[in-house]
Amino acid sequence: MSFLSYLINGLRLGSVYAIIALGYTMVYGIAKMLNFAHGDVIMVGAYTAFFAATAAGLPLIPAVLLAMAVCTVLGVAIERFAYKPLRSATSLSVLITAIGVSYLLQNAAQLLWTSNPRIFPSLFSNGAFELGGLSISYVTVITIVTCIVIMVCLMLFVNKTRTGSAMRACAEDQGAAALMGINVNRIISLTFAIGSGLAAIASVLLCSTYPTVTPTLGAMPGIKAFTAAVFGGIGSIPGAFLGGLLLGIIEILAGAYISTQLSDAIVFAVLIIVLLIRPSGLLGKKVREKV
Amino acid sequence: MNNKRSQIVSFSIIIILYAVLEILLKTGNLSSLFSSLLIPVCCYMAAAIGLNLNVGISGELNLGQAGFMSIGAFTGICVSGMLSGVISNGVIRLVTAMIVGMILAGVFGILIGIPTLKLSGDYLAIVTLAFGEIIKSLVTNLYLGMDSRGLHFSFVQNKVSLEPGGKMLLNGAMGATGTERIASFTAGVILVLICLAFVYNLMDSGSGRAIMAARDNRIAASSIGIDVTRTKMLAFVVSAGMAGAAGALYGLSFSTLEPRKFDFNLSIMILVYVVLGGLGNMTGTLIATMLLVTLPQMLRGLSDFRMLIYAIVLIAMMLITNNEKVKIFIEKMRLRRKEKGAGNGEN
Repeated sequence: MSFLSYLINGLRLGSVYAIIALGYTMVYGIAKMLNFAHGDVIMVGAYTAFFAATAAGLPLIPAVLLAMAVCTVLGVAIERFAYKPLRSATSLSVLITAIGVSYLLQNAAQLLWTSNPRIFPSLFSNGAFELGGLSISYVTVITIVTCIVIMVCLMLFVNKTRTGSAMRACAEDQGAAALMGINVNRIISLTFAIGSGLAAIASVLLCSTYPTVTPTLGAMPGIKAFTAAVFGGIGSIPGAFLGGLLLGIIEILAGAYISTQLSDAIVFAVLIIVLLIRPSGLLGKKVREKV
Repeated sequence: MNNKRSQIVSFSIIIILYAVLEILLKTGNLSSLFSSLLIPVCCYMAAAIGLNLNVGISGELNLGQAGFMSIGAFTGICVSGMLSGVISNGVIRLVTAMIVGMILAGVFGILIGIPTLKLSGDYLAIVTLAFGEIIKSLVTNLYLGMDSRGLHFSFVQNKVSLEPGGKMLLNGAMGATGTERIASFTAGVILVLICLAFVYNLMDSGSGRAIMAARDNRIAASSIGIDVTRTKMLAFVVSAGMAGAAGALYGLSFSTLEPRKFDFNLSIMILVYVVLGGLGNMTGTLIATMLLVTLPQMLRGLSDFRMLIYAIVLIAMMLITNNEKVKIFIEKMRLRRKEKGAGNGEN
């Protein structure tokens, strides 16, 4: 394979990371918490889409919509029952709770659906574009386009709508936002809903790349996407997009030219180097601490 | 005063438990399941005490404690394997392995700490997470063998060719196999006691107070002349060293050990012991570690449901300990006890 086709594969994987990272970064920006259960929401989305496509025989779009609905409800429920009572608690308590939720989802999935891997059906048509000797599959194009569309929509939503500015206000100062008449709890629920809905889309795209569905499916992409969000500057939407793409490209190129076994190590080493040079990520804002 | 009391409590818990367990073990009254847990529990305790120094006392979130344990474990196994022909006494070899494991983990702590301790909060957390993943990935690809000509190693692919009579110390993803099990429960208890004594002494010393001052307010601490990065580094390196020693003991208690044992989940598990036990509270850490290691084993009868229950217990504990009503109740109880104490004092 040529360099260009590796690059395109990297963009495809990177787009999936970027979609997951967008969910991570929005939740972090508003609730200031690392939602470690985000990866497991992806897993639930993957199982939902899997059963929708195989048992119910639904085509692509309804299957994705169903997965989005399930994940959104799940995300909002997790926030309502596990995180909301901890609004005033230390961030470490919230982190441990998120880890507890992650264990809960993984083990519940194992009980419900066993740990046997299931093969995700191919929901996309198998064709490919031919471009000067380079063949790009439809799935790749769809993945990359979906990611760009989502990023642009989110940017417009956050920057141009009333609800979006309420979100930005909450991200900056929840107390002041509440005094301005913004319903902070509703905004936080909405953020979780958006993040989880994106996770469902990411799950279908991820499973089209790696078509095995297991209860621990979401763990590694979750960590990688979190890394991507930090890479780009956590809390920043274009940052998560850029971080996700770069992470995917680095992972595929490192695997192709250096060593497949070491690609994860290389990804994380690049992250450390970037953080040393730019401590708040590529596009993150440096916050001055006031005395 | 309070600190002294909690020190006495934690030392006596360990010593009494050790005596009881040792008697049960000698008389053969301990099930094989529980006796196999004894050494790992000690290792987790030592690593958790170190992590509590890092997270609770120094206030920096570290998600890579398993990485330091991994360094300690595989260094310890290699040291013990290399010395097996030279030193026949298991105890001396164990102590040497643990010291070398501790030093190497500490050195890695310094290497990671120098650039990263300037970062703060969640960024430090992500760097330690990345470090843990890198270590796991590197050890998974490392092949190390020894024969009469010396040490041979290769990376990614096993290209180590040994003379007859040579042996492989590390086998890539298979990890270490055929390790001589020289770890003992007594060594584990001594390790925990040393770690405890060290942390308590540190907390009472000038450096310890500087660490806590830097945690409470970075800017105020540096304005009175405390070198914040240096004090944080001290806590970080000591924590890494403790994890290294614990790892060495852990590695030498199993005949086979795979590198993927020391993954992100293990780091998180140790962090859970620290947070549930209470940040900065060493006695709490010890009790939480004991309970949480044995809890899934006690739930073994429920087979498939045990990890589910473990997760629910974890969430419930966090929700209950942070519940406003429960907090107020505990505060009231404390006040009442104080009043009683004050009343007695007047009489």
